Amino acid sequence: MIDLDDTDRALLRGLSLEGDLSAGELGRRLGLSQPAAWRRVKRLEEAGVLQGLRIETDRAALGFGVTVFLGVKLAAKGRGSFEDFERAVVAIPEVQVVQHVLGLFDYRLRVVARDIPDFERVLRRRVMTLPGVGNVEANVLLSEEARPGPIG
Amino acid sequence: MLDDADRRILRHWLAEPGAPRGALAERAGVTPATLGRRLEKMRASGVIKAVRARIDWRALGYAVEVSLRFTLDKTNPRAFDEFIAAARGVPEVVGIETFLGRVDVRLNAVARDMGHWQEVYREKILGLPHISEVEALMLISTIKESEGLPL
Repeated sequence: MIDLDDTDRALLRGLSLEGDLSAGELGRRLGLSQPAAWRRVKRLEEAGVLQGLRIETDRAALGFGVTVFLGVKLAAKGRGSFEDFERAVVAIPEVQVVQHVLGLFDYRLRVVARDIPDFERVLRRRVMTLPGVGNVEANVLLSEEARPGPIG
Repeated sequence: MLDDADRRILRHWLAEPGAPRGALAERAGVTPATLGRRLEKMRASGVIKAVRARIDWRALGYAVEVSLRFTLDKTNPRAFDEFIAAARGVPEVVGIETFLGRVDVRLNAVARDMGHWQEVYREKILGLPHISEVEALMLISTIKESEGLPL
């Protein structure tokens, strides 16, 4: 595990708001030279803390007005059924996120669709036909907010 | 309004946000100068809202990640606002989402280990106002995480 000082934390806070800041700009804001900022970013990347970029788009403006989270329970358990399900679910273009979880469901999926009829199509033709799918619960996303978390 | 070139650029960029600009321009079939201009325009118009670094909490020593699903006491008209305002004050909360469905609000929270999780859960989460029900899903692994859109 990597140790962080206050400057690392400030750097992570800055990048979690603007992930594509140059090392020069980042350094200026934190009172570091460009090479010093670059070295710190490099170290955080090498430790696996920085895992690339997440681009937030206005999905509604791009024609994807509906985001739904699905909780999926598999009908049959066993390693084979998890593998078959995962292989098939990651290939669905409308499925953005697949998480294996422990609790009421086996998987959480984030699904994007153009509108409710389009969501119904994805649900019936793509999700309900996945291997091993049992119970499915849907919740329509109304708002989302990323928080800085414990580096804040 | 977006045209086909904008959509191609976005589709390729969302599929691989770390791709070098040159490669991205080539895949989208535009010149690097056009790519830069189009991205600039999409940011100014708000189609691209933000570009954030993806932080791996596990690499920072937060081994436990939990999705908490809440049903709130809706007899209180201020339940959502007060719950969300209080949740923003919990540093271990990394995301807040609201829903239409059986779940009202979801909090994504991290903790260093199960001992730390117990402390966060009992002392901070269960102290949030207007909770009527709470369910927890513990993250085992993330199989896919993408902002990709079938544009």
